[in-house]
Amino acid sequence: MTSSRNATLFAIALLAPAVLYILTIVAYPLFDTVVLSFTNAALRPDYDFVGWANYQRIFGAGNFTEVIIRTFVWTFFSVSMKMVIGMFGAVLLNAAIPGQTVFRILTMPPWIVPMAIGIFMWGWMYNGQFGMISGLLQNFGIISKPWPILAQGNSAFWATIVTDVWIGVPMVTIYFLAAMQSIPRDLHEAAWADGAGRFYRFRRITLPLMVPAIITMSLLSLIATFNSFDIIWILTQGGPSGQTTTMIIDTYKTAIGSRKYGEGAARAVVISLFVTAFCIVYFRAVRRLSQGEAK
Amino acid sequence: MTDIPRSQEVASVDSPALVKPRRKVRARATKAMIDRYKWYEVAALYAGIAVFLFFVLAPFIEGFLVSLKPLAQLFSTPYSFIPKNGSFDAYITMWTSVPALGIHIFNSFFISTVVTLIVVAIVVPAAYAFARFSFSGSGLLLGMFLAVNMFSGAVLLIPLFRLMRTLGLLNTYWAMIVPGAAFLIPSSIWLLRTYMLRIPRELDEAAWVDGASRLYTLRRVILPLAMPGIVVVAIMTFIGAYAQQFIFALTFNSKTEFMPLPIGLFAFFGKQEVIWNELMAASFVGILPVMIVIVFLQRYLVAGLTAGAIKQ
Repeated sequence: MTSSRNATLFAIALLAPAVLYILTIVAYPLFDTVVLSFTNAALRPDYDFVGWANYQRIFGAGNFTEVIIRTFVWTFFSVSMKMVIGMFGAVLLNAAIPGQTVFRILTMPPWIVPMAIGIFMWGWMYNGQFGMISGLLQNFGIISKPWPILAQGNSAFWATIVTDVWIGVPMVTIYFLAAMQSIPRDLHEAAWADGAGRFYRFRRITLPLMVPAIITMSLLSLIATFNSFDIIWILTQGGPSGQTTTMIIDTYKTAIGSRKYGEGAARAVVISLFVTAFCIVYFRAVRRLSQGEAK
Repeated sequence: MTDIPRSQEVASVDSPALVKPRRKVRARATKAMIDRYKWYEVAALYAGIAVFLFFVLAPFIEGFLVSLKPLAQLFSTPYSFIPKNGSFDAYITMWTSVPALGIHIFNSFFISTVVTLIVVAIVVPAAYAFARFSFSGSGLLLGMFLAVNMFSGAVLLIPLFRLMRTLGLLNTYWAMIVPGAAFLIPSSIWLLRTYMLRIPRELDEAAWVDGASRLYTLRRVILPLAMPGIVVVAIMTFIGAYAQQFIFALTFNSKTEFMPLPIGLFAFFGKQEVIWNELMAASFVGILPVMIVIVFLQRYLVAGLTAGAIKQ
C-alpha cells in the first residue's frame, strides 16, 4: 500500500501546502538575504552588486567583532542560568508534597503570556527612580540613591539577561520535569533500598539519566537565545551606547533603522552561519543520543 | 465433581482480587516511604519553591499592584510595595487614554485565530504524510522543517519586508499572519506526527481493504482519532501566535487599526510620560485570557511541550 507510486503522489499532495509555504516564507528569504548581502540595496528599488564590500565594511569597522563577542557572552550566561534555575525548579516541582499541581501551573505564566507584556513589567521593575528593584534596595538600605538599572551599560547588560532567563525558565523547568518523571522508578527504589540518600540518588541516578535532556535543551535554548530580539529591543533598544547590542539588534538597526538592506543582509548572513553551525551540532547530538538509547 | 471446578473457579476469580490490593498497598507503602520527607526537608522544599515562584511571578505581582496604585503614589519616593488607597480606576481610564485598546485586543485574538486555522489546515495533511508514507527524502524533509525552527524571523526581516511589499501585504493583517504562521508550522508538524504515529497502521489498512479511498481514510478514520492531538496543536499554536506578536507587527505594519495588543502598548510604553498604572492594567486585560487557558488546559500544555521538544 505504501510502496505504490500512487501513494507517493498522495503523500506529495499532502505535503505540498506545507512545503510551498515554507519555501516562500523561509527558504526564499534566506536565499534572498545571501543575494542582498552582495548588493548595495537600500530603500530605492534598484541596486547593484558590490561583491564583498559589505563584508569588508562590517568586519573592517571594528565594532562588529565586539558585537559578536558580546552576543556570545550574553547567550552563554543566559543559557547557563536557564539550565541551572530550570533544573532547580524541576527538582522542587518533582518532590511529592502537597500543592505540587498548583506550583506547576504557577510556573508557566512567563512562557505563555505575550512576551512583550512580560517585558513591559520588567521595564517598570528596572525603573531607576520609582521601580521595584531600585526602590526595595533603597528601602532596605543596600543602596543609598536611585539606581537607573537600564541606563548604565553594565547593569543593563545583566538586566536583559535576567529577563531572558525569566522568559526561558518555565519551558526548561517543565521539560526537565518531564524528563525526570520518565526515569524508571525502580532505579530509585532499588538505590533507596540499598540506603542511598536523596542527594546521592540525584547525583548518581537522576543527573546521569538526564544528560540527553540537558544536552537537547541547552542546544535548543542556545539557538532561541542567540536569536532573542524582543527583550533587548523593548528594554534598551541596544543601548546605553551599544552595551546591549547583540547581533540581532545590530542587524535590525542597520537594516530597518538605517535602511541599509545590503549591509544588514551581510550581518544577517553572519548570524545565519552561526545558527547553521548550532543546528548541525544539535542534529548530530540528537542522532547520537537516540542511537545511544537504541543500544 | 461439580464442586471442584467451581471452587477452582472461585479461587481463580478471587485470588487476583485478593492479591492485587495487597500488592497495591505494598507499592503505596514503598512510595510513601521513599517520598517521606523529614520536617526540615519539607521546610527546605517549600522555601525553595517560594524563592523559585517569587522569581517567576514577581513581575506579575508587581505589575498587578502597580495597576492598582494611583499615579501620584507611583511617582513618589520612598518606594512602597503595597498600594495605598488602591483602586481599579486605571482599568476604567485606560479605555479613554488608549482609545484603540479594544481594537488592539480584538486584533491580537483575530491574528492568533487566523494563524491557528492556517497552521492546522497545513499541518494535518503534512503530519499524516510524514507519519504514514515512507518516500525517499522524507527524513531529510522532516529535518529541514526542524531547521526552520532554528531561524528566527528577525534574521529574515529584510527579505521578508521586501516580499511583503512585493505582495502588497504591508500594513495589513496578512503582514503579521503570513510570516507568523510560517514559524509555527514546523514544530506543529513534529508534534502531530508523533501523535499520529501512535495510531495503529492496521486501521488504515482495514479501511483500504474495505475499499475506502486514501482521502476518505484520512478524513473518516484518522482525523477523528487524531482529534486530541490536533486540539493540542491548535492550543499550542494559538498560544505561540498570541505570545509572539511583536517583531513582524512592529516592522510590517504601521496602521493603528491593525496593531495587536503588544505593539499598541509598546507605542504607549515609548511615550515621554509613561502612564504606568494604565499600561499595567491594560497588560493584565491582555494576559487574562491566557491565564484562564493555563488553568483549564494545563494538562494539554505539558503534553504539548513534552511531545514538541523533539525526541527522535
